[in-house]
Amino acid sequence: MDLRDLYQEVILDHNKRPRNFRVPDPVNRKAEGYNPLCGDKITVFLYVEGDRIKDLTFQGTGCAISKASASMMTDELKGKTVGEADAFFDKFHTMLTAPATSEVEMDALGKLAVLSGVREYPMRVKCASLAWHTMKAAMKAEQEVVVSTE
Amino acid sequence: MSNKSSVATAFDVQKIRRDFPILNQKIHGKPLVYLDNAATTQKPQAVIDAMVRSYAEDNANIHRGVHLLSERATRAYEESRIKVQKFLNAPDLREIIFVRGTTEAINMVAQTFGRANIGKGDEVLITEMEHHSNIVPWQLICEEKGANLKVLPITDEGELRMDLLDSLLTDRTKIVAVVHVSNSLGTINPITTIVEKAHARGIPVLVDGAQAVAHMPVDVQALGCDFYAMSGHKLFGPTGIGALWGRLPLLEKMPPYQGGGDMISAVTFKKTTYNAVPNKFEAGTPNIAGSVGLGAAIDYLNGIDFGAVQAYEAELLAYGTKALAAVPGIRMVGTASNKASILAFVMEDVHPHDIGTILDQEGVAIRTGHHCTQPLMERMCVPATARASLALYNTKEEIDALVGALARVREIFA
Repeated sequence: MDLRDLYQEVILDHNKRPRNFRVPDPVNRKAEGYNPLCGDKITVFLYVEGDRIKDLTFQGTGCAISKASASMMTDELKGKTVGEADAFFDKFHTMLTAPATSEVEMDALGKLAVLSGVREYPMRVKCASLAWHTMKAAMKAEQEVVVSTE
Repeated sequence: MSNKSSVATAFDVQKIRRDFPILNQKIHGKPLVYLDNAATTQKPQAVIDAMVRSYAEDNANIHRGVHLLSERATRAYEESRIKVQKFLNAPDLREIIFVRGTTEAINMVAQTFGRANIGKGDEVLITEMEHHSNIVPWQLICEEKGANLKVLPITDEGELRMDLLDSLLTDRTKIVAVVHVSNSLGTINPITTIVEKAHARGIPVLVDGAQAVAHMPVDVQALGCDFYAMSGHKLFGPTGIGALWGRLPLLEKMPPYQGGGDMISAVTFKKTTYNAVPNKFEAGTPNIAGSVGLGAAIDYLNGIDFGAVQAYEAELLAYGTKALAAVPGIRMVGTASNKASILAFVMEDVHPHDIGTILDQEGVAIRTGHHCTQPLMERMCVPATARASLALYNTKEEIDALVGALARVREIFA
């Protein structure tokens, strides 16, 4: 597999200029994600009003895959309802963890389909999923929680 | 052979490479360039054969059967102990305890010597560059006993702040635990000076030798330390076997580590009398084939001029340091004046994990991450590093391949 399938322009762009890389104001949900294997740390912030994600941002350090995945996640899920975000999480997670040979419904994933190349690099799947697990944890709990991908 | 390997007159690296079957393969269609030796070293055919022979011809449990196979297995296990003793120049054979590796060796000292000697308000001194395996075992015993873990800081270059050592050694210090060669920085620490200062106050010193043994001759008597911990797999031997050396008077006073078979001399339900050192610390059936493999690895190294290995590795390290310095955007992490084996670096705007993945596609295997030294990463103000670590079978051509692969990283992240 060509490295350009993993490091697509869109991913490199989100890595270089991450979207929603800030602490929102107001904020009412927050979680920290940590990958002890590589030391990647990320904090995901949410502002949820009723059932709707009004704001979704992140901060932290990580590789291009984890940063791009976090950045694209904030773009994708902002404005969605909690239920819609949950459903999207499931689709995204299935794409990352499905066997590389199986067919995955890429259309439903929109822009996030560019991260499908990660499947070919099992050691990197956790990089791509860190922000998403952290977002899930933030949505569930009112208070701060720490997620670990190990 | 290219003329780049000019040192081959003293040290024939191509001949060495032929002893390591794994090196002769392609990764993603490119020749394997194995630069992750600080994580684990590759094994020469002699080690692999010795272990196969152990299972194919001599397999039996040790120290108990009266039959010939058990006798042969016992002899092989005990011969390996003699090899380790000579390798470390330990004064007494009973001072060599077989363990799973450096981690278990340090935990053993913390849980036996530590438990018997560390009390409330006492101190354990470690350094800022320790591997988690020389931090956490001490944290556990300090927590349990209400003792304090003290840390000797390092400089920006990655050298111990020796000027602060005296002030950190106190009447409450019960042990100093220090790494011989840093796995993340390559720094070779001045063990004899540390030992002198600690001993002046009657404090014993444990040395984590995991990264040292493959790169320099180790003489525990010359170092003067009290405990020395090592792993077989960082020494071209198998995983799951290592050794702890400790001074006999200390070992004899220490309580046992684990209870079980082989560590006893008599058991009743009322009381157990423990076996003598080293068996007191070797409960249960040990890694017999592993010990044979470790012995074979030591034999292998004894067949090579270690002085020539050191000279060759120093030349490789210097070549690599210079080559990496010429790569735009690279900053070395760990620039001590006395170093071995390690080329750790960060690259502007590229996370080490991305470097690692791209290098792998070029056949170059390095380690990326915090290298089990998170407090050190924090000290050096980096979340992680990319680390190339050398061994005696590496070549300048492989360092050129590393540099070439880094150009590919730059190209992708342009």
